[in-house]
Amino acid sequence: AYKRFSELLPKEERKISRSTRVPKSQILTLPELRANPFQHQICRVFSTSDARDDSMSFEDFLDMLSVFSDSATLDIKSHYAFRIFDFDGDGVLDRNDLEKLVNCLTGQGEESRLNGTEMEQLIRNILEESDIDKDGTINLSEFQHVISRCPDFASSFKIVL
Amino acid sequence: MGKKRKCALQVIMEDAGIEIDGQVESDTESEEDKAKKTPKKRTPRETRRTSRLERKKQDKYKEEEESKEEDICSQQNGTSKRKNYQRENKDGKKAGGGSRQRDKKAPTKDQKESENKEKKTSKNGKEGENKEGTDRKNSTSSDSSGEESLSEEELAMLMEQVEQKKKLISTMRNKPWRMVKKLSVLREAQAFVEKFEGALGKGKGKKLYAYKMMMAKKWVKFKRDFDNFKTQCIPWEMKIKEVESHFGSSVASYFIFLRWMYGVNLVLFGLIFGLVIIPEVLMGMPYGSMPRKTVPRAEQATAMDFSVLWDFEGYIKYSALFYGYYNNQRTIGWLKYRLPMAYFMVGISVFGYSLMVVIRSMARNANESTADGDDHNFIFSWKMFTSWDYLIGNPETADNKFASITTSFKESIVDEQESNKDENIHLRRFLRVLANLLIICCLCGSGYLIYFVVKRSQTFSKMQNVGWYERNEVEIVMSLLGMFCPPLFETIAALENYHPRIGLKWQLGRIFALFLGNLYTFLLALMDDVNEKLAEEDVVKNITHWTLLGHHNSSLRNGSAATPPPLDPADVPRGPCWETTVGIEFVRLTVSDILVTYITILVGDFIRACFVRFVNYCWCWDLEAGFPSYAEFDISGNVLGLVFNQGMIWMGSFYAPGLVGINVLRLLTSMYFQCWAVMSSNVPHARVFKASKSNNFYMGLLLLILFLSLLPVAYTIMSLPPSFDCGPFSGKKRMYEVIQETIELDFPLFVAKIFSYVANPGLIIPAILLMVLAIYYLNAVAEAYQRANTELKKKMQMQREEEKNKRNNKASTSPVLQDMEDLLTPSPKRETHPKQAEDKNMEPPGRTSPGGKQGKPAALNGSPRTGGRGAALSPPPPQRFVTQPPMLGVRAPYPGQLRPWRQPLGTVPGRGRGQPWYSQAAPYAPR
Repeated sequence: AYKRFSELLPKEERKISRSTRVPKSQILTLPELRANPFQHQICRVFSTSDARDDSMSFEDFLDMLSVFSDSATLDIKSHYAFRIFDFDGDGVLDRNDLEKLVNCLTGQGEESRLNGTEMEQLIRNILEESDIDKDGTINLSEFQHVISRCPDFASSFKIVL
Repeated sequence: MGKKRKCALQVIMEDAGIEIDGQVESDTESEEDKAKKTPKKRTPRETRRTSRLERKKQDKYKEEEESKEEDICSQQNGTSKRKNYQRENKDGKKAGGGSRQRDKKAPTKDQKESENKEKKTSKNGKEGENKEGTDRKNSTSSDSSGEESLSEEELAMLMEQVEQKKKLISTMRNKPWRMVKKLSVLREAQAFVEKFEGALGKGKGKKLYAYKMMMAKKWVKFKRDFDNFKTQCIPWEMKIKEVESHFGSSVASYFIFLRWMYGVNLVLFGLIFGLVIIPEVLMGMPYGSMPRKTVPRAEQATAMDFSVLWDFEGYIKYSALFYGYYNNQRTIGWLKYRLPMAYFMVGISVFGYSLMVVIRSMARNANESTADGDDHNFIFSWKMFTSWDYLIGNPETADNKFASITTSFKESIVDEQESNKDENIHLRRFLRVLANLLIICCLCGSGYLIYFVVKRSQTFSKMQNVGWYERNEVEIVMSLLGMFCPPLFETIAALENYHPRIGLKWQLGRIFALFLGNLYTFLLALMDDVNEKLAEEDVVKNITHWTLLGHHNSSLRNGSAATPPPLDPADVPRGPCWETTVGIEFVRLTVSDILVTYITILVGDFIRACFVRFVNYCWCWDLEAGFPSYAEFDISGNVLGLVFNQGMIWMGSFYAPGLVGINVLRLLTSMYFQCWAVMSSNVPHARVFKASKSNNFYMGLLLLILFLSLLPVAYTIMSLPPSFDCGPFSGKKRMYEVIQETIELDFPLFVAKIFSYVANPGLIIPAILLMVLAIYYLNAVAEAYQRANTELKKKMQMQREEEKNKRNNKASTSPVLQDMEDLLTPSPKRETHPKQAEDKNMEPPGRTSPGGKQGKPAALNGSPRTGGRGAALSPPPPQRFVTQPPMLGVRAPYPGQLRPWRQPLGTVPGRGRGQPWYSQAAPYAPR
């Protein structure tokens, strides 16, 4: 993992890569993340940078890999999945988050996007299913409740370098 | 001494327990007092101790620290951490006692949390245990040595805390913290343990400890290396991974199936070659020594021609690859190897082994698939949250995935709408019935075609000079059918509009029926052939007899003194040997199947891909997007081809022992060839879907075909007489008599007796009855379990509904706020809570400030009393006014009662999530 991380750094910084941060644009060139629709979110969630520029230190990078590894428990995975899906970072998945999520999943192409009514229907269905307390949002425990029943979440929520 | 120490420890343990309670349930006055007191008590002591220790052990401690750190997180390079650690150490010193206090408290709480979770990841857990073990030793050794500096009480307390730290270390992994946070806590805990052990373990203990650590480190490293080695040993793992990343798991499942098949065939090959072919070649009579091992005189001229060999006639027919070559000598060679016996047993064990392997892997798959209970509550949410496969690294595949997710969304929306409306159902039903009718017609037609062709080939075989086409007509027709019917079925199946996964199963089932029908027509025709041969054989037997007799007589007439010159084995007239004929048919079928498969791939995929790719530059329409485009990988066809082929191998291997060898070669080449073809000339499916469950479906097909191929072989073994002049069983009435013969001749008498008893119908019928009863009983039990399962599911559903309703009634909780609070509320703030709670008691309950903490578990345990925090935002329901104040009041004096309330706290990860911000948020926390 360290090797891969230091590959992202320019040569002159490689010696001190422990303390430096890799900018977001470099992280996104990883083939594992390149095709991922949540790449920006992933960077944002795992970055601890003070400047909020989504850069990653080696520890953040390790953090990310450990969450996406096989040995991470379902709890951790679902916790981070929730944070990845929580686009505005307010601690709940509300309608806007869900809408963004659907748009991420359906790709950039205009023709592949869902139209307004479909989106409305979809989000209504989702909320109906998993919003246990009926407040119009999905919080973390509701999210984990849903995720914990899903058989192949743990197998799909992983990245192997 | 030891006893005293124990007592002290217990006392402190109790003390600590209360402390923990105090921290956790600090919303009561008395608790609050205690919580306030204990830190005060502890601080001076602690600082004293730590300073003393630090002064003393600093040098030693650094050395040990190095080794330990590297051990625990040996994946990560140690240097930076050490740097970091030192930095942090300085920070910690600057911050002084207060921060230390806080740090110390956080872990205890965390520890509780993690205990609730009770999930220890293997590595850390082990290490923790290791350390505990060493710790115990150290403490015993320290009894004698290093005690002067520390009082007993302090020592015991130290021990207690170290235990806590250790637990923290071992459960570190399960917490959703930042890596930085994890590392810092880990380091702190380690440093603490280190200090303590440094204080207690002197001399011998320390050395032992270091040694143990080193060994543990080595062991971990070795295990990792070994795992790497193991994954490297799995053949084609990388190839399959590559295919998987490009084409998704469903295509990869085919290759995994192929690899599994290869393994099975390798075992069968070893069995047959090791026990039948090699002994025969080494120890049997050489070629040309007997009529059955010699090419007849009439064929000798052309026996080496390629066209003849290609049809598996000539020398190949009279080689160890086929049944007819084997001799019926009871034992061969100096080992007295019982070849006919071995032949028979191997033939049976091929089936036995295959059955065992298939059933075992099916059972394993079934176990895996039932482990995750299917729940149809969250279709949409699952699609939403878990449909992305994070392993996908290829932009093209990602595009496909986007498309498939979109369609699945749209589909499920449409389904939802349709389930509300249900207007189209009649049309769909009609279409499905129509499709099935069409397919049945196709199946019947192909069956008849094959029957017709086989009949015709029998007339051809009686004629003399027939062309290549006439000879191979059956194989050609069968291959053509196998090539053209599946696409036809696919077009018909488009009418039905099933989900692709279900559609795949239907498709597989239909093609399977087609292949099976073809195979059985082929077998029936072959059976006719065999019967004819059997009739012919009787005639030939007489002729042979008379020839031999005549030869003998003539030689007698020539001169009684001279021994008759032996008749050349090539000249002896011989029977048709139907077993070899059957074997040859199977081998031919297999070979032609291989060729057709490869040519299809080459022409249908590769040439097409080349054409599309290169002609696209000068063509009037877009070839890549338009009509020919690139081929998709046909999973169902390939899987069925594999299964069907394996069925033929099983059927034919009894009469052609060399067939398995051919099959092993085929699988090996097709692994490489198909991998290459897929990667070079196929495009991913338009609708990528996961094939997690269909693996067992493949296995089910395999089992079915294994059973079906067992039938004809068993029939021929049990009820047809073997040829009189070829094969290991010649001269016997039935093939299985070889067993009786062996029992009679080679075993002592009582064994034969036992066998005759066992074979008695009086014993067999009760045994079968018993088995049937057992099956019935087990079935009933399984059914009962299933019912209980569904019952439970229903109950859970009900509970959920109830919960929902309750929630709806009291729409007071606002998880938004809660979560916000969780994010911002750092654990040290807990200490301030009691005060707030106190204040709250005075205030009207409707205005409970966000500090109230009973709201936290509410989201999970779903109790109606969902906490005061939410009440701050939304107007509370009427019950709240009544219940809340007494609740708080009642709770206050009995902290113990509240423990179950606090329990869910550990499982609400929202709290754990608050942790990362803990240090940042600390400044804002106190009010």
